[in-house]
Amino acid sequence: MNKRSHSIAFWAAVAVFLVAVLTMTQIVRNEYPFFAGYVILQFIALAVAWSILGGYAGYVNFGTNAFFGVGVYTAVALFKATGAPLVVQIAAAAVVGMTLGFGVGLLTLRMRGIFFSIATIALAIIIETFVMNWRFVGGAAGIQIQRPPVMAPFDSYVKMLFFVQAMLAVIAVATARYIQNSRIGRGLQALRDDELAAECTGVPTLKLKLIACMISGALISAAGAPAAMYLQYADPSSAFNLSYSVSALAMALIGGTAHWIGPVLGAILLGSTQQLLAVTISSEVNVLVLGIMLVLFVVGAPKGIIGLLRPRYRLRAGGKQ
Amino acid sequence: MTTLAAADAPLLQVGTLTKTFGGFTALDNISVEIRKGERFGLIGPNGSGKTTLINCISGALKPQVGSVVFCGENITQLPPHLRARRGIARSFQIPRPFRSMTVLENLMVGLDFAAAGSAAAEEEIAMSILTRMGLAAKAAAPSDTLSQVELRKMELARAMAVRPKLLISDEAMAGLSSSEVDEVLDLLISLGEEDITIIMIEHIMQAVMRFSERVMCLDAGKIIALGAPSEVMANKRVQEAYLGT
Repeated sequence: MNKRSHSIAFWAAVAVFLVAVLTMTQIVRNEYPFFAGYVILQFIALAVAWSILGGYAGYVNFGTNAFFGVGVYTAVALFKATGAPLVVQIAAAAVVGMTLGFGVGLLTLRMRGIFFSIATIALAIIIETFVMNWRFVGGAAGIQIQRPPVMAPFDSYVKMLFFVQAMLAVIAVATARYIQNSRIGRGLQALRDDELAAECTGVPTLKLKLIACMISGALISAAGAPAAMYLQYADPSSAFNLSYSVSALAMALIGGTAHWIGPVLGAILLGSTQQLLAVTISSEVNVLVLGIMLVLFVVGAPKGIIGLLRPRYRLRAGGKQ
Repeated sequence: MTTLAAADAPLLQVGTLTKTFGGFTALDNISVEIRKGERFGLIGPNGSGKTTLINCISGALKPQVGSVVFCGENITQLPPHLRARRGIARSFQIPRPFRSMTVLENLMVGLDFAAAGSAAAEEEIAMSILTRMGLAAKAAAPSDTLSQVELRKMELARAMAVRPKLLISDEAMAGLSSSEVDEVLDLLISLGEEDITIIMIEHIMQAVMRFSERVMCLDAGKIIALGAPSEVMANKRVQEAYLGT
């Protein structure tokens, strides 16, 4: 019953959020809030998606940029080849991201700790090199994208992308929340604590890690799919930029990974700070701030923001909402 | 006749098991059969291969040669989680709790994954196991706040949550006081009375003597004695292995 009322509260909040986003696109005329808001929403989706494998399962994935870039270029290739609508581009990116997650997971998830992380960095480099030499999508020079006409009820493409990214963030959060409360979540938590003990208690660890890697990959790629439309341009070194990996990881860790709300809080905090700094000082300061905050949190609040808010949180980590 | 034979068939058959790590032979041609409902003691000096043997039985390690047959099924190549689902549960020499979980949640993992059932019933079962183990009061406690004896009991409780046919206890009494040893031993004996077959690795000889129906002694990866506890203790080679010559 408690669980059900939590569910009702969650979906009510989601509905309010989406209605607010939609209303905002209809009322606010200035495009800048949408331009900045898109990035924050994108980071919410990335951080939450990252935490499914990196947080719940404890497998620190440094290849967020690989999945992100694959999402970008799936959309670009599809759009150039067939002119497919945005929804189809996103769905295709999710499928490709999931497939990549499966393949990569199969190859790398037997490695633990730092070895897994290094393997995921290698993955990004391999795929980026491939895309750099793929002439159809512009190779290393990148590719200009001509946005198609915007669809009603939106009056600008950026506003529509803002709404789409809000949907993607909601999907990522709902998925993470579902996993956290399901048997899969308990299994992932068990294998994060102790993989051998989990196996011996009946947890199919490899299977669960693969599932987590596939879902995480699909969500990251989906979040990346609209990026080319957003920038009207795509090139390998920005689509596969390591900063996506660092940001997603830092946001999730700063927010706290024991609960899906952690990465959301972390992404909002860091994302808006970055947007603010980019306007007031320079976009290069972002990385510095990210680094400093990460160090501060690792030292001062290893369980992230949610650990600060609820020091005894971990007691309830299994009964969560 | 066939039904009689099936009833008499051993629960666990370990056949010509050999496990090497590089040039080191940890287990050398081990064959043993364990009956249903038996309380089986496994002893031997440090490094004699006891834990390697139960790692091969529970699936944490795969032997190079030989087979493990459980309930008539060859499980030599199965991963540990599938063995757990078939009814092999274990505790660890150094306790390995799920540290971010409460005691109850630790048990729920086994109930969720190894012994399928509805969620409501699962919590009841978990609580009844904890009551059995004398841990009911600690159900909501985070597992990293437990004392050593509570951790040992929780490991056994978590193994019980798998609903095992075979329970392997790897030095569940190491580091406990003598009253705590008796407490854990009583628990193991009472579990044995419920048709759960138990393999107990232990260094505390009084505990082994009191618990076991049969004892096997390993030394340098070989079986040097197998039989009734008193016979094994009287065996010259066992005494040599333990005391040196």
